Amino acid sequence: MGATWDADPILDVEHLTMRFGGLTAVDDLSFVAGRNEITALIGPNGAGKTTVFNCITGFYKPSEGRLSVRHGRGDAKEGADRLARLTMSGRRHRGRGEDAVFLLERMPENEVTAKARVARTFQNIRLFAGMTVLENLLTAQHNSLMRASGFTVGGILGLPSYYRAQAQAIEFSRQWLERIDLVDRADDAAGELPYGDQRRLEIARAMCTKPVLLCLDEPAAGLNPRESAQLNTLLRSIRDDGASILLIEHDMAVVMGISDHIVVLDYGQKISDGTPEAVREDPAVIAAYLGIADDDNAVAQGATR
Amino acid sequence: MATAKSTRAQQTLPAASPKFDLVGGVREAGIAALIALVLAIPLLSERTVQEAGGLVLVSRWWLAFAAAGIVFAGRLALNLLQQSGRDARDGLSAVIGRNTAWLGDTSRFLAPGMLIFAVILPIFPFSDRYIMDLSVLVLTYVMLGWGLNIVVGLAGLLDLGYVAFYAVGAYAYAIIAVHFDLSFWVCMPIAGAMAALWGIILGFPVLRLRGDYLAIVTLAFGEIIRIVLLNWTDLTNGPNGISGIPRPTFFGLEFKAIGDNTFADFFGLTYSPLQRIVFLYYVILMLALLTCVVTIRLRRLPVGRAWEALREDEIACRSLGINTTNTKLTAFAIGAMFGGIAGSFFATRQGFISPESFTFIESAIILAIVVLGGLGSQVGVAIAAVVLIGGFELFRELELYRMLIFGLAMVLIMVWRPRGLIATRTPSVVLKDRKAIGADLVGEGR
Ligand SMILES: Nc1ncnc2c1ncn2[C@@H]1O[C@H](COP(=O)(O)OP(=O)(O)O)[C@@H](O)[C@H]1O
Ligand SMILES: [Mg+2]
Repeated sequence: MGATWDADPILDVEHLTMRFGGLTAVDDLSFVAGRNEITALIGPNGAGKTTVFNCITGFYKPSEGRLSVRHGRGDAKEGADRLARLTMSGRRHRGRGEDAVFLLERMPENEVTAKARVARTFQNIRLFAGMTVLENLLTAQHNSLMRASGFTVGGILGLPSYYRAQAQAIEFSRQWLERIDLVDRADDAAGELPYGDQRRLEIARAMCTKPVLLCLDEPAAGLNPRESAQLNTLLRSIRDDGASILLIEHDMAVVMGISDHIVVLDYGQKISDGTPEAVREDPAVIAAYLGIADDDNAVAQGATR
Repeated sequence: MATAKSTRAQQTLPAASPKFDLVGGVREAGIAALIALVLAIPLLSERTVQEAGGLVLVSRWWLAFAAAGIVFAGRLALNLLQQSGRDARDGLSAVIGRNTAWLGDTSRFLAPGMLIFAVILPIFPFSDRYIMDLSVLVLTYVMLGWGLNIVVGLAGLLDLGYVAFYAVGAYAYAIIAVHFDLSFWVCMPIAGAMAALWGIILGFPVLRLRGDYLAIVTLAFGEIIRIVLLNWTDLTNGPNGISGIPRPTFFGLEFKAIGDNTFADFFGLTYSPLQRIVFLYYVILMLALLTCVVTIRLRRLPVGRAWEALREDEIACRSLGINTTNTKLTAFAIGAMFGGIAGSFFATRQGFISPESFTFIESAIILAIVVLGGLGSQVGVAIAAVVLIGGFELFRELELYRMLIFGLAMVLIMVWRPRGLIATRTPSVVLKDRKAIGADLVGEGR
């Protein structure tokens, strides 16, 4: 104990179990993701990583378990009390601002993003291919723009307050495009971008929902070493700006390089949890994961050539 | 986009070396011939003939074999032609694609031109009663096309029962106007609201459906509405329909030959039935333009962008915190509202409505207009409505062949321009410069 993530977790996964018929994809998994840290979730193919993500982001309803998000640091004791009361109450969230606590397993996917402010990307890129890069980023700011447009009524009437809000949203998007180096392609269709750019754009789009926790499902898959290094820089800068990151990754170089904390899954169960150094030394991880990972990497690289 | 496509097609044309699988082709043709034979024996080989002694069976077994032979030859020819045929079609579509690409590029100038023409149409000398009546009809379909375009083109939800909202609007207007004696301008918004309500009511059960399932349920909904109208005699007068629906007035002035308060009297004109038709023409022109302007504005608002995002990828939408339930329901409601307003116009123009006017073929025609025009394109839909409804009238003399020509034209257009006349998408917002997005990237929804 005494790890930074236990002291101030943003996400607390407790006894998460997900069954598909007879298959238990995730089995009594508990871990925490620390505030303002990069937490990596690793494990061999089929270990259940994406399933964990789908549970966290509301796409699957977990069979069992509690998934809580706390927006503010607050007092640990008081936070635990509030969480207990929320769990008893049957409600989805409690409190506002820094005090807010959310139970993700009770929320549909859009509320996980809109209210609990947990955003995600997908293992297979899901951009709006026929819309421009800028439109992709504006769509991510839908809820705030919707309010600004008076739920469409004010927008139809052309109220100036809506145009101000839209200009702000465009400016916010432009800043993100600068960060991912895509300003020049703002008016091109997202589907026309090269693969690596699409990956970065999907991350920027998720960030445009202004999340406190960003969940990335294999963001480095299919990237070349240069793009992979760029990605590391981007993820670090996102963390340094105050967001927390939960990351699924196959590429050990990426994981060891940028993670503050690593959780290792195998067959839906946690086999190791700790700092990169501790995990690298863990015999259970070496046995279950590292040997396989090398093969996987060889296969993956063969496929991209 | 079109040029890139055409160069690709031209490159593949000479490269395609015809390499026929003769044995496979013959075998396939043989199987087809066998099936034809089995079918033809009961269908063709015996015939009953009336003779003096009564009915006699005449055997014509050779006919069955002839049919099988034709099928064999035809299938073999088709097999052999398939490879080269595919290339030819690609080349053809490339040529057509190049020659119609201007449609997308010039649509910016096309739209104002069409608008000006529409506004001054009644003053042209050739605009007689027939032309004006036809124009009113065309504009009604333009408006319906634009309304359906919100649901199918923008939100990507395939709706085969759009005529239901047209019917709800028409009946709502007719019933309210006849029973409460309110003017068109009061009843029309009520009819629109009623239709929007029904749009939401239909929307709820189909929220989780996509593609074929959505199409079938909406189709059924259209039929249910029509059958209810047919059977709810107390309210709708059943198959006899509702007659004596009040005509619209020009700020209280009626279009009549004689009376206290007529349009012609007030303006000191001699009465002509054309005055009423021209008035109706401007009413529907205004309503259609309202539909268009609202749609264009909606597209640039968050709700419109969410519709298009929904068409592109529903799961990604939800991951961005968009409430897809509300997004779909607003698309259904707003699309239905315009359908309902068009319906109320239809009722007031006809003065009589019955369930017969709201059959599935109406839904099919409106959908054909949207698909032909290019999903999501306002100008494309307007052109398609003019071509389809106008063309339908043009071939009226040909009677029987009309449907055939209609079908053939649709097939040809869909082969050449599978994404409609104007297939490119214009971005709803730009940072620096506006570029059209090629149809191959834009999702169709399902
Ligand atoms: N929707 C689903 N239905 C049934 N089985 C599933 C579903 N999603 C995932 N699984 C199963 O759960 C296991 C874990 O899958 P996944 O979470 O995708 O693994 P990972 O992302 O770690 O490679 C696999 O055996 C997979 O087949
Ligand atoms: Mg996965």
